Amino acid sequence: MSLLYKNVKQLVFDIDEFIDAVEQGVLVFKEGVVNYINGDKTSFADKIKRINRLEATADKLQRKIDDEFYRHSILPQNASDIEGMLDKLDEIIDISKDNLYQFDDEIPTIPKELKSDFIRLADTSVESAMAVFPASRTFFREPLKVKEMLSKVYFYEKETDKIARNIKRKLFHDMKDLDHSQKIHLRYFTLHIETISDKAESLADLLSILALKMSI
Amino acid sequence: MIILFFLSSGLFLGWSLGANDAANIFGTAVGTRMLRFKTAAIVASIFVILGAVIQGAGASHTLGKLGSVSTLAAAFTVALSAALTVYWMTRMSLPVSTSQAIVGAIIGWNFYTNNPTDISTLTKIVSTWISGPILGGVFAVLLFMFVKFTIRKTSVHLLFKDIFIRYGLLFVGAFGAYSLGANNIANVMGVFTGAINLPILNFGIIQFDSTQQLFFIGGVAIAIGIITYSRHVMKTVGNTLMPLTPEAAIVVVLSQALVLFIFSSQGLSNAFQSIGLPAIPLVPVSSSQIVIGSIIGIGIYKGGKEIKYNILGGISLGWVATPIVAGIMAFFMLFFVNNVFKQDVGGNRILIANTEIISQSPIVVVDSTIQLKDSNSNISQSDAQITNTITEDNEKDILPHNSNSILLLIAIIILLVSVLILLYKLKQKNKKSRFNLRQTEAIENKYLIKINQLEENIKDKITLQDDLGKELKFRQSEMVTMAMSIIHKNEFLDNLKKEVVKIKSGVKDHDIRVQLNKLSLMITQDLSIDRDREKFQMHINKQNSNFIHRLENEYPSMTDNEKRLASLLRLNLSSKEIASILNISPKSVEMNRYRLRKKLKVEPKVNLTDFIRDF
Repeated sequence: MSLLYKNVKQLVFDIDEFIDAVEQGVLVFKEGVVNYINGDKTSFADKIKRINRLEATADKLQRKIDDEFYRHSILPQNASDIEGMLDKLDEIIDISKDNLYQFDDEIPTIPKELKSDFIRLADTSVESAMAVFPASRTFFREPLKVKEMLSKVYFYEKETDKIARNIKRKLFHDMKDLDHSQKIHLRYFTLHIETISDKAESLADLLSILALKMSI
Repeated sequence: MIILFFLSSGLFLGWSLGANDAANIFGTAVGTRMLRFKTAAIVASIFVILGAVIQGAGASHTLGKLGSVSTLAAAFTVALSAALTVYWMTRMSLPVSTSQAIVGAIIGWNFYTNNPTDISTLTKIVSTWISGPILGGVFAVLLFMFVKFTIRKTSVHLLFKDIFIRYGLLFVGAFGAYSLGANNIANVMGVFTGAINLPILNFGIIQFDSTQQLFFIGGVAIAIGIITYSRHVMKTVGNTLMPLTPEAAIVVVLSQALVLFIFSSQGLSNAFQSIGLPAIPLVPVSSSQIVIGSIIGIGIYKGGKEIKYNILGGISLGWVATPIVAGIMAFFMLFFVNNVFKQDVGGNRILIANTEIISQSPIVVVDSTIQLKDSNSNISQSDAQITNTITEDNEKDILPHNSNSILLLIAIIILLVSVLILLYKLKQKNKKSRFNLRQTEAIENKYLIKINQLEENIKDKITLQDDLGKELKFRQSEMVTMAMSIIHKNEFLDNLKKEVVKIKSGVKDHDIRVQLNKLSLMITQDLSIDRDREKFQMHINKQNSNFIHRLENEYPSMTDNEKRLASLLRLNLSSKEIASILNISPKSVEMNRYRLRKKLKVEPKVNLTDFIRDF
């Protein structure tokens, strides 16, 4: 039992570290998008490296956590739910990394008049994810408080949707000079950034169900 | 050795108690994989033995008051009848309790030996059968509220909470096992304590008297039951009444342990008495019924939606049926042991037999004394008077017992009849459900056969389709090969013609120019009147005869060229390839395709080739 206690202590530490890595990854994504839009190539390249490193750390930690759960049969009845939750957290950093790489690979040209909109979109989408991380941490300590913490996630997700729709309308309605191909290209980048808040919302849904399940 | 033989029935009872009741303590913990079976079994075994040896005497004493089975043969028979009742009722899937079986068997012994049943003790025991589960329910609700409150107020990490729950399940399980040993050992070894007297074992500081030694042996039997057979029961228990979370399992096991402890602790009973409260009856109670009471308590607290209330009916039936069945079985088994095996079964049975001999012998003595010696008549009369006095005294003693017994007998007969009716109804119900099950199985089998037949048919059809598909593929590839050879040949001829024209432009000699003109004409003729192409067209028409027939029926206005184009499109050939085969330009093919599309009335978004292939 004392060995189990030591392992659990390490596991709690690993879970916290995993959530930290994902949280930092999302913040790096936001900074990366801002760097790209402002044309700061050096900082953007640095962000790509950092998010890559953070994503690798998160993956490594997730595998370790999975192993520990099964090896020591921790929370046998809820292990799969918690692993599902960690999967969803990992998806957020995966998507953030992929999105940043897409900026690097496809080099979208963002018109001046849309720059601030794109920065706001990235900011709001990341805010939604940032609101779900504290809820994920609280889930492990006070599951009953999780639900009230999730309202921010849903709010920012809706805001992200609005900003994204606004950008798409501007692209296709107001910017007649822009090539159709460029419009489509930018539309895809709007969608990519939006996905982060969608993933956060999906995690929030799962958390609220799990919190109910955990209460006896 | 003979003692061991007679103890075997008690040991069997102990084994079955361990196999079944350990699941009440560690069932959820093992079933939910919070504890390993090995850990649970070791802890349960150790604490059951400790409980039995340290605290088992109280409940056993109460059973002794109900009926002190005094001979080894009687103890064996009483324990065996209880064990067989438990076994038989378990086989019949009827709710059963070892505690109730042993009480019934002792009453059966009382009846057989004409030993008076202490009604107050019996009432005390029966009242605990009802109060036990109720008390379990009350404890469970209070503990559940406490646990819920504690979890809400403390913000322990989920993973640490998991460890605490594991520790909790282990400690509470140990306490439960201790209480089970303390309370239920009376069921296993209680009847033997009056019949076996072992020498005291002295280990210096600790001494073990005969009862403790017997309880140790019984505890070991329970432990063996836990280790050898409880794993299966543990893995299946838990969801029969209501699904339990590990937290709720702690509550249920703790309330069960508390109830068992209360009904077996002499110290607690004395403490109650010392503050002016009534003494706690020290009685063996059914751990399964306390668990059910506790679960129902939690269920009611949570709103009562998840509880299967019909189980309550089962418990009530168990309360009535188990002691009666065990009592009747004990009565008849004692009769056999007493009359067939000539074993002393103790109690008033011996007294009655002696009384009969004594009451008959003085008459003979009196008669002979009258006939032979008058001088001794006074002595004989006085003897007869003494004998009569003894007989009258005995009658006086037995009469109230008899009147009690008659009342009890009537009550038991009424109960027996009602139990038999209940059992009959239950059996009928089981029979009906078995019949329904058989009918369902028969219907299922019938449908399974049909499904199998259909599957076989489908398989045959698939095989046939595969064969046809293979043949079609082969024919199509044959046609494509043929088409490709025509295309290549035409391409070659076309190139040859171009070369001839090129050579002709550079030649000034008239004869050679004429010859080259002739060659060019021959090539052109061969390109337009191609026998291979004709052969191919015929082949295509033959292969697609059904398709062409369908086309003609559906679209009567279609021309031969259009039909030909449709057949070639069906081969999935490109416009360029079709142009080569038909010796027309690709642009003409495109035009023909457009016309065909119009004639076939194909929607703009539908691909023409796909439309023709699906036609």
